[in-house]
Amino acid sequence: MIPEPTTARRRHPRLRRTTTGRVWRHRVGSGNMAGVTDAARLDDDTLRAMMAEMISSRVFSQRVFNLQRQGRAGTNAPVDGSEAILAGVSFALDPAEDWVLPQYRELVGLERFGTDVLDRYVLYSLGHPAGGHIPAPTRVWPPQISLATQVPHAVGLAWGMKRAGEPGCVLVFLGDGSTSEGDFYEACNFAGVLDAPVIVVVVNNGWAISTPVSSQTRAKTFSEKSHAFGIPGVHVDGTDAVAVYEAIADARTRAVNGAGPTLVECVTYRLGPHTTADDPTRYVPADELAAARERDPIEVMRSELEGRGLWSEADTEATVAAADARMEAAVVAGEATPLDQAELFDHVYAEHTPRLAAQRARFVAEHGGAS
Amino acid sequence: MTTQPMTMLEAINHTLHAEMAHDDRVMVFGEDVAANGGVFRATEGLLDAFGADRVVDTPLAEGVIAGTAVGLAAAGMVPVPEIQFLGFSYQAFHQIAGQVARLRYRTRGRFDAPITIRAPFGGGVRTPELHSESLEAQYANIPGLKIVMPASAADAKGLLTTAIRDPDPVLFLEPLRGYRMLRDEVPLGEHLVPFGEARTVVGADDPADDEVVVFAWSFMVEMSRRAADLVADEGIRVRVVDLRTLVPLDVDTIRTCVEAIGRVVVVQEAPETNGFASELIATINDEAFYSLEAPVARVSGYDAPYPVGQLEDSYVPDAERIAEAIRRTARAA
Repeated sequence: MIPEPTTARRRHPRLRRTTTGRVWRHRVGSGNMAGVTDAARLDDDTLRAMMAEMISSRVFSQRVFNLQRQGRAGTNAPVDGSEAILAGVSFALDPAEDWVLPQYRELVGLERFGTDVLDRYVLYSLGHPAGGHIPAPTRVWPPQISLATQVPHAVGLAWGMKRAGEPGCVLVFLGDGSTSEGDFYEACNFAGVLDAPVIVVVVNNGWAISTPVSSQTRAKTFSEKSHAFGIPGVHVDGTDAVAVYEAIADARTRAVNGAGPTLVECVTYRLGPHTTADDPTRYVPADELAAARERDPIEVMRSELEGRGLWSEADTEATVAAADARMEAAVVAGEATPLDQAELFDHVYAEHTPRLAAQRARFVAEHGGAS
Repeated sequence: MTTQPMTMLEAINHTLHAEMAHDDRVMVFGEDVAANGGVFRATEGLLDAFGADRVVDTPLAEGVIAGTAVGLAAAGMVPVPEIQFLGFSYQAFHQIAGQVARLRYRTRGRFDAPITIRAPFGGGVRTPELHSESLEAQYANIPGLKIVMPASAADAKGLLTTAIRDPDPVLFLEPLRGYRMLRDEVPLGEHLVPFGEARTVVGADDPADDEVVVFAWSFMVEMSRRAADLVADEGIRVRVVDLRTLVPLDVDTIRTCVEAIGRVVVVQEAPETNGFASELIATINDEAFYSLEAPVARVSGYDAPYPVGQLEDSYVPDAERIAEAIRRTARAA
């Protein structure tokens, strides 16, 4: 059975599941809704792979969440509600040429970019320093905690790729709350000036911890902020993986053909808590959450594919089992990864400064560790 | 090596030309750096010589200037962004301190950060508010950055060359009062000054023959040299040591000088409280406390915001203020 969205505490009544067989699409203000679910560009195998990726990402996320509850992992942010966005993005990009700069909620859904992404995310969640190192050639950056700072990085990377004549583009994630940061505006503006091959994806899940979108902006949509940058803005149903795929594929085509950046707003609803440290029952209206759970992106995709005869309960069972096994292996390997406390001095500089070398020597003398 | 007299500004411009010619990955960008050649002309001629792909006028947004440097570095470029005045870097502090400084650390060595952020700073030229701040101590408190503060034209070349070729992020701070006032012989060929090696500006061959050692950096080295001239007439033999780089710091030279001389003055332009002078005094405490013959004197700006033009001569340490601290330290029992 498909895992239900993560709940911080089980206060909610158990919700009835619907199988409408129809992909739901957001209606937000008078914004133009892109993303008619037309799978013309996607073959059946890809649709099935996207479905599996969505289910797997929720399994991975819930396992990391549970590790925190068991005292084995640090604070982490569950994926619930973003699965379709991650699948749409992953499958629309070329992992051999394109880069992804995540915020912090996305690392469980980028398996297509390489197994290192999840393995390192597990290490990261366990508090191991090696979790920050996603090795080459995997083109994914580690989580970013300082909100929106990754957007200038993405623009710089895209600028450098353009100057070097490299193919491909850069996709960067941020949340609805992060759009209030100056870095978002500065970076999108400069991206426009540079015609940088970058796709800026705003995951609008309705909440920045406890702050609703209505407290972030009077704009009707985040995508319309693209007008200020002079770049295309696309507003897409983030519970519809195919719609996201289409929007990102179009943005990628523009980027790699020299037509510059695109701002893509993917609208969904955060179905779980902000992080392991959050209790959304304090502020999320129960009826609103209940309505959102009726549109759980995994259920939307599953009912669509089952309706087409492309998915079955047996597929779900097999996918969940495989994801569990995959995650178990990652956790076992992660918890067995050796750690020398003197690593706290590593990678501050290419070579230790004399002062840092002296501090390290003193630390090793006092605490042991590799010399 | 053939040398030529240059102002510090000419030396910086000359070095940027040389390094852009030396390495195609080097990119210069910032506010007014291209067509205008920089508001001080430090980047004059780079656009014509190296083209609009490598010399780029940015929007007026310091945060994204520093932030794009991170991405450019990851793309294999060697970014040399300019922050027009160091006081403007308050609007880039989150990127410099939180991102540039720790790109290598947070990716555990996946990405180098060969970024050199150039910024003029310091007072004495009647600038508007927030153009004159000395913020080196704030940045020296950020692990991962190197802080380079030349006090001569020759060092500006040697240290800037080293900075651009260094795999770590460097904050390269240029004293705007010294841009045209400091003028000395600059080697014309390849000239690298290693980080972490202080320079003796004035002093005896054997430090033990000096009576007071003054540690300073950037334009305060020139002020300290003038102070040494003032007290020389009174028979006080002063050694002036230019630290050149605050991170890494030449602790060996500091220790050697303090052990040999025992009387110390530290000079900075920044406000007194929590300035880098405090760090130096703590370092002297750690390394050579029992060699001290007098309390270490500190000459600083005051714990007030950098003032407007009619007040700034009272704020910034001058030769007489430094000379008075030297006299006091020389006389202390």
